[in-house]
Amino acid sequence: MSAAWEVIIGLEIHAQLATASKIFSGASTAYGSEPNTQACLIDLGYPGVLPVLNREAVRMACKFGLAVNATVARRSVFARKNYFYPDLPKGYQISQYELPIVEHGELFITDGGEANGEPRRIGITRAHLEEDAGKSIHSIHEGLDRFSGIDLNRAGTPLLEIVSEPDLRSAREAVAYMRKIHSIVRYLGISDGNMQEGSFRCDANVSVRPRGQRELGTRTELKNLNSFRFVEKAINFEIERQIDVLEDGGDIVQETRLYDSDRNQTRPMRSKEEANDYRYFPDPDLLPVVIDDAYVEAVRATLPELPDAKRERFVAEYRLRNEDAGILTMSLALADYFEAATAAAAAKPGLVANWVIGELSAALNRDGIDIEASRVPPAGLAALVDRIADSTISGKIAKEVFDAMWAGEGSADQIIEAKGLRQITDAAELEGVVDAVIAQNPSQAAEYRAGKDKLIGYFVGQVMKATGGKANPAQVNALLKNKLTGGELSDGGGS
Amino acid sequence: MTDAGSPLHTLTLTQIADGLSRGDFSSREVTRACLDRIAAHDPALNAFITVTADEALAAADAADAKRAGGDTGVMLGLPMAHKDIFCTRGVKTSCGSRMLDDFVAPYDATVVERLAGAGIVMLGKTNMDEFAMGSSNESSFYGPVRNPWDRERSPGGSSGGSSAAVAARLVPAATGTDTGGSIRQPAALTGTVGLKPTYGRVSRYGMIAFASSLDQAGVITRSVADAALLLGVMAGFDERDSTSIEQPVPDYAAGLGESIDGLKVGIVRQHFDAGLDAGCAGAVREALAVLESRGATLTEVDLPNLDLSVPTYYVVAPAECSSNLSRFDGVRFGHRAEDPADLFDLYCRSRAEGFGAEVKRRIMTGTYVLSAGYYDAYYLKAQQVRQLISDDFRQAFEHVDLIAGPTSPTPAFRLGDKTDDPVTMYLNDIYTIGANLAGLPGLSVPCGLVDGLPVGLHLVGPHFAEQSLLRCGHQYQLETDWHRRCPNDYR
Repeated sequence: MSAAWEVIIGLEIHAQLATASKIFSGASTAYGSEPNTQACLIDLGYPGVLPVLNREAVRMACKFGLAVNATVARRSVFARKNYFYPDLPKGYQISQYELPIVEHGELFITDGGEANGEPRRIGITRAHLEEDAGKSIHSIHEGLDRFSGIDLNRAGTPLLEIVSEPDLRSAREAVAYMRKIHSIVRYLGISDGNMQEGSFRCDANVSVRPRGQRELGTRTELKNLNSFRFVEKAINFEIERQIDVLEDGGDIVQETRLYDSDRNQTRPMRSKEEANDYRYFPDPDLLPVVIDDAYVEAVRATLPELPDAKRERFVAEYRLRNEDAGILTMSLALADYFEAATAAAAAKPGLVANWVIGELSAALNRDGIDIEASRVPPAGLAALVDRIADSTISGKIAKEVFDAMWAGEGSADQIIEAKGLRQITDAAELEGVVDAVIAQNPSQAAEYRAGKDKLIGYFVGQVMKATGGKANPAQVNALLKNKLTGGELSDGGGS
Repeated sequence: MTDAGSPLHTLTLTQIADGLSRGDFSSREVTRACLDRIAAHDPALNAFITVTADEALAAADAADAKRAGGDTGVMLGLPMAHKDIFCTRGVKTSCGSRMLDDFVAPYDATVVERLAGAGIVMLGKTNMDEFAMGSSNESSFYGPVRNPWDRERSPGGSSGGSSAAVAARLVPAATGTDTGGSIRQPAALTGTVGLKPTYGRVSRYGMIAFASSLDQAGVITRSVADAALLLGVMAGFDERDSTSIEQPVPDYAAGLGESIDGLKVGIVRQHFDAGLDAGCAGAVREALAVLESRGATLTEVDLPNLDLSVPTYYVVAPAECSSNLSRFDGVRFGHRAEDPADLFDLYCRSRAEGFGAEVKRRIMTGTYVLSAGYYDAYYLKAQQVRQLISDDFRQAFEHVDLIAGPTSPTPAFRLGDKTDDPVTMYLNDIYTIGANLAGLPGLSVPCGLVDGLPVGLHLVGPHFAEQSLLRCGHQYQLETDWHRRCPNDYR
């Protein structure tokens, strides 16, 4: 990306709230049912029906507001956003417009790359409650060749739309921000954050301007960004596209663009001129949402420890590196796993952290398993790490043990015993091997003695090879140094 | 009482309840009598869109069986009709529109459910202005309703089918809805009683919305006592309507006998300005004198922003209707155009074919006043004026218990007289609209005849003052017989 251009990004994230029923009706919000089996008369917008607000959705929105240090409005108002679309049953979406429930929030990102690891404050303009629309199905099914299908199961599902300030300066920062929001809503238990099922999705407003220019460039809005990877790719594509247009002397058209992940490009969907006039006005079917201080404080009392606080505590309490603590606290489940393993282990937390972030996470990713369903439970990993700490096995052998544990072959101790992987720490046994190795490599021994110190690695490797990796590396090192230098000379070189 | 000898169709709801409890007749008999009246007279009146004769007789039989089993519910077996704006399970609910000509509601409105639960027998669904938009019942897809007092004249609207059916003694009572006067004006024009309760007093669930912040369900009856009886069942909080208000429901019928001695009645000077027909003015003044004779004191009050109520209403109501009627898009229910070329064509033609002229006019007006660039000048301004009008009423009610005046500026007008001039038609609701904008209860009671046409006395009270309105109306009816007058052809 050209250093001459500054990138300005704002995100609108839609998080589906994890309520049991819809925001204005009693129908279930469960995912994946047969089309139109979870849409009641209210969701279908039948004549005469009326919406009734789901209390739980308000509580969740309030919880989010408090978690991002925002103002939770004591009075917020639902409005109607009017437009026609077949999957919008009433011809309007009930949303909050002028008076949202959450305003003026913030969060900090550290891994966006722009600020060299310093936390960067990203403003959250607002978060408001609204209902989701249904789904239009355009794929050609049997009998659907001339028609589009409408599935209204999703209609009326509660959403929290979280709008950031245009504070993000790169696609990486945008992703870091989105991950942070994702982490927060999952910590709060207000959204499952499932991106495949569409319960966490994002639109991005992107513009560029010559570095140093004050006024913002014309922005485009990118839709259909349903994974962290696509957010990054789509924004990067769009930045390049805008810079190319401007550098060629062209103008950016304010428009909505759709990201096509197959082709990794964005293409125009509708221009500003084609944009709807939504004719917002307060919904006369719903009363303003009025909450008092006592309500807000009661919700505040239910807030869990949030990612930033947990990260700081992990650094202070477990002496973890800030970066590792950040990784472990990104997901509450991962953090909980780490803490459970650490509590069960005699080994230092740092060693446990290395294993959770390293081998365990790699195995989970490889097999596509959630941490909650890990094949190695926290206590199992703790036992393995303890065998490294007490020198029963080396770190290298431990990886072999871990793989066997993952494959379900038993506990760490069972596998170590069954496979005879216990580290050789017997001095006499090791001395024999060391002597043999030195004897077999006279020229290298001579070179070492002549000052080629780094050959020690070669000798260690030979000893390890000879012991199947089971020799205690520290002991081997000491023995080799002793034998090669200070100890008795192996041949009669007294000349 | 000597009701036993009167033809059943001439009885009021209260008289029928008494007769049923005495065993003078059965619910089947009175239901049958109503159905016979409908069959004989409705072809000339067009008050009904749907008559549910079989269901009514079955419900009457069920009520008779319950009564035989010891059930003594006051409402048990009483017949009445519902305005076709209320959803009724398994029965066509058209809202007077081609759009819903084939719509069979899959559920009962709360009002319908509560009345049925109390034992009411539904006779059918009454004609109305399309989507309740009109003051003459001429905008109905099913044709105009005729006024029993003069069939060349309108019975008022939008609840014109209900008012005509009650006035012609086809049914003892019918539900109505009132967004700008749609219960009270037709009641006035047909010599019946029309009650619009406080906004939020009766659930709107299942009542097809016209303007949500103004719509309120009520009744058209022959006597104030009947209205009190029905309101007691219809009123009350409904968790399915967020705008319904959680407030205890008093025994409206019980308070009717109390004297109005000392009741402070406000008279609005502007009500008697040039727009009011002289005959109507005379009848209303006489009615006020009757109230005075029973101990009420008359005080002049000022509603300075009254003249703004019609223009305010015709911004707010169309704005809400333009959004409320968006769901009629031909996709899930209601009229759908044949062979649409594409989605846009489906929308345009389904709505163009399904809606009538007045509905389209209001959707366009409403869309305009909510549009970017016009919202502040129209919708927002109208809401501000609405607040001023509410404040005027609140201040007036610091001095008086209720306000009395004419319900409508003229008696029933000829069909076709005002259809080409919507603004003149809109001005018909000048005295009633204020109560809707302020959410206040209103009652119209018959108070005279001018050239053989009924005139209504309009009473408006503070929020939840239904009891004093009903008491005042009932005390007035104890002194007068205007509500017993019957159009000549329907005795």
